Amino acid sequence: MTPDLTAVLLSRIQFAFTVSFHIIFPAFTIGLAAWLCVLEGLSQKTGLPVYRRLFEFWLKIFGVAFGLGVVSGIVMAFQFGSNWSELSRRSGPIQGPLLAYESFTAFAMEASFFGVLMFGRHRVPPLMYLGSAIMVALGTNLSSFWILVNNSWMQVPTGFTITADGIFVPTDWRSIILNNVVFVRVSHMILAAYVTTSFCVAATGAWHLLRGMHKAEARVMLRMGLGLAAVLVPIQLIFGHLVGDYVVKHQPSKIAAIEGRWHDEQPAGEVLFAWPDETTETNRFEIRLPAPIGSLIDSSSLTSKEIGIKSIPLEDRPPIAITFFAFRIMVGIGMLMLVLAWAGAFFAWTSGLEDRRRMLWPIFLSFPLGFLATLTGWITAEVGRQPWTIFGHLRTTEAATPTLQSAEVVISLLVFCSVYALIFVFGTIYIYRLLRAGPGAVALSPIGSPNPKRPMSVRGDTA
Amino acid sequence: MLEFWVGALALSLLLYVLLDGFDLGVGMLFPFAPDERSRRHLLASISPVWDGNETWLVVAATILFGAFPLIYSIAVSAFYLPVILMLLSLILRGVAFEFRYKAKPFMRRVWDMGFVGGSFVAPFVQGTLVGSFVVGLPIDGVHFVGGPFFWLHPLALACGVGMCIGNAMIAACWIIGKTTGDARAFGYRVLPGLAVALIIFLILALTISMSYKLQVLERWSQRPALMLLPVAALLAAVGMAWGWKTQRDHWMFPCGAVIFAAAFGTLAGSFLPYMVPFTITIEQAASPSSSLEFMFWGAGLIVMPLTLLYTAAVYFIFRGRVTDADGYGGEDAEDVQLTANSSTGASAVADEAQRG
Repeated sequence: MTPDLTAVLLSRIQFAFTVSFHIIFPAFTIGLAAWLCVLEGLSQKTGLPVYRRLFEFWLKIFGVAFGLGVVSGIVMAFQFGSNWSELSRRSGPIQGPLLAYESFTAFAMEASFFGVLMFGRHRVPPLMYLGSAIMVALGTNLSSFWILVNNSWMQVPTGFTITADGIFVPTDWRSIILNNVVFVRVSHMILAAYVTTSFCVAATGAWHLLRGMHKAEARVMLRMGLGLAAVLVPIQLIFGHLVGDYVVKHQPSKIAAIEGRWHDEQPAGEVLFAWPDETTETNRFEIRLPAPIGSLIDSSSLTSKEIGIKSIPLEDRPPIAITFFAFRIMVGIGMLMLVLAWAGAFFAWTSGLEDRRRMLWPIFLSFPLGFLATLTGWITAEVGRQPWTIFGHLRTTEAATPTLQSAEVVISLLVFCSVYALIFVFGTIYIYRLLRAGPGAVALSPIGSPNPKRPMSVRGDTA
Repeated sequence: MLEFWVGALALSLLLYVLLDGFDLGVGMLFPFAPDERSRRHLLASISPVWDGNETWLVVAATILFGAFPLIYSIAVSAFYLPVILMLLSLILRGVAFEFRYKAKPFMRRVWDMGFVGGSFVAPFVQGTLVGSFVVGLPIDGVHFVGGPFFWLHPLALACGVGMCIGNAMIAACWIIGKTTGDARAFGYRVLPGLAVALIIFLILALTISMSYKLQVLERWSQRPALMLLPVAALLAAVGMAWGWKTQRDHWMFPCGAVIFAAAFGTLAGSFLPYMVPFTITIEQAASPSSSLEFMFWGAGLIVMPLTLLYTAAVYFIFRGRVTDADGYGGEDAEDVQLTANSSTGASAVADEAQRG
């Protein structure tokens, strides 16, 4: 039974849309959960109300973002079966257990302790409350780990045999879970999440300073956000390079598309910018660096031969332009973040950043940068893997549900788009309102307090 | 090994229908609650736990994916439209918890509608899926071969209605034990009708499926021990009636849970070892042993008991009845007390004083 090709294309669009929507929230909450642990820990250790106010402030934002992450994540767990039933039937023995580990070790843990974090402050002792925050943070990290193990196996499948009826049977779990590709990709994703959150925190601090509000909290946010970003962004760039290494080694079609390199070159040059034209198989408006810079970047060599797209059979090529541009946007944002983080941290620690409005504005505007870099990074990885779902073994057309009709996917895609648009718009508005209101306006949970609207600051130190 | 994963799947499915069952049911009863204050209490009673409850759906789905990929791929793709509908319902009701108290009045009404609508549609779809399994899936070897609307079968749809009744009933039991004042009285008011409707539904479902599928009748004659399950359910129903009469608030939920477990066991006992009645057995659907063992030594042996432990811990932490100060609405509790009538307002203050 061959699937309807329109249904396959629509299913790809639907998966891309729902997974892109979903990743925005984990990218935010993985870092936020850790940030909340730091704030609660500092608050309990120092007793300074500023940390407690910041904690309550970011906890509300975390609540909204986490809720959106959970509901959009449940969708992902079902889409493997709904639109990609052949994938789940054939690779279920490998991907299923990995997802089961994710739901057991991460999803369940996050969700249970999230309740304690949101509503339990007055029901558990302070250390246990901090422990719940740590469990949530641990859960978000474990979740990324298992998802990245799963995705890495689809990128570089290993440790399996294929039976006569096409089922992928695991033979070596150690090599599936603990390999170098997994290590660099998990690190790359978790760093991406922490960097994203650092910039959100710093941008919020900058915003409040620009508006002349909540100065004490804003200063803490700015310094901690920029300080962390200044350390993590360069590490992230190194890990980004290491991720590139696995692509060079295992996915020639993807690296050729990323580099916009049409012919084999030895040694290779490096295309900085171009408009790849898939019909003529050439680059327009090309700006390139001479050889051997391309070989140096891809293989750390002055003489290596690097593969070109034309050496890949037509039916095995990914969409070139999307892969090429997504990669460049990600790297460009990475560079911009490095400049912002270093310059911002430099001023924050030396001559004072608060009065340099020209520096605060770009930091404020950097709020969405991490999200954009994370999204374009995933687009590079996933679009670049095409036309394979399991690289080299199962094509995307073979992975789709054979009975699926395009009308069904049109309906589901339309409702997903409209519901997601609705909750995204309002989720963003509510997060924006919370961010704008700022930490000073956080009210204490009113249990045992005669006036529930009494501001936090009054009793922040008694908690 | 295989038995373990059948058991784990059954346990997580049962926990899902029971736990998310009561919070979905609270969503169904929500619009019928007497006033905004009771509605807030209803929401506050499930706010800390709904997220964890819903997790069992994902746990069950991933166990199915990992241990029985054939069933996962057939079932989820066969029910393409209903599954999407269920997911959207769960999304709309999930975001309502966070969005409701941050919205202006107009949008609050929209999120409330999503919350209530989602709470009705999700269990209706779940019941329909179970019903369709009983009616039978058109399968050719390893693929589903039916059309996109094969689940529109009267018996399947009736199961959807039954699931809704069941969830509303268990929710009424939950409300009685978790709230005070008007909300608790509301729970007592709706429980009898729901419980009677559920018992009638379960009896009809069992007799109809026995006459509809002879294999079911065969199983009951081969396994007379199955008879214990309906007996347990009836005893629990009697217990619930007694508890209702004598106002034993904490007696209701356990009785309701026994009815749920008995109905679930009856269903499983009528079809096992078939996972898709009567075409695919557990053995045929199972993953290779290397997958089952990998899942068993970590997720099964260590993480699953831990998950059960902290699920229990969360329920323990949030034990006791909700007050005006609990849940998302906590910060606005003042407005509620002002609008609530004086006697209930006073009792809430008394509750709070006791706690503090």
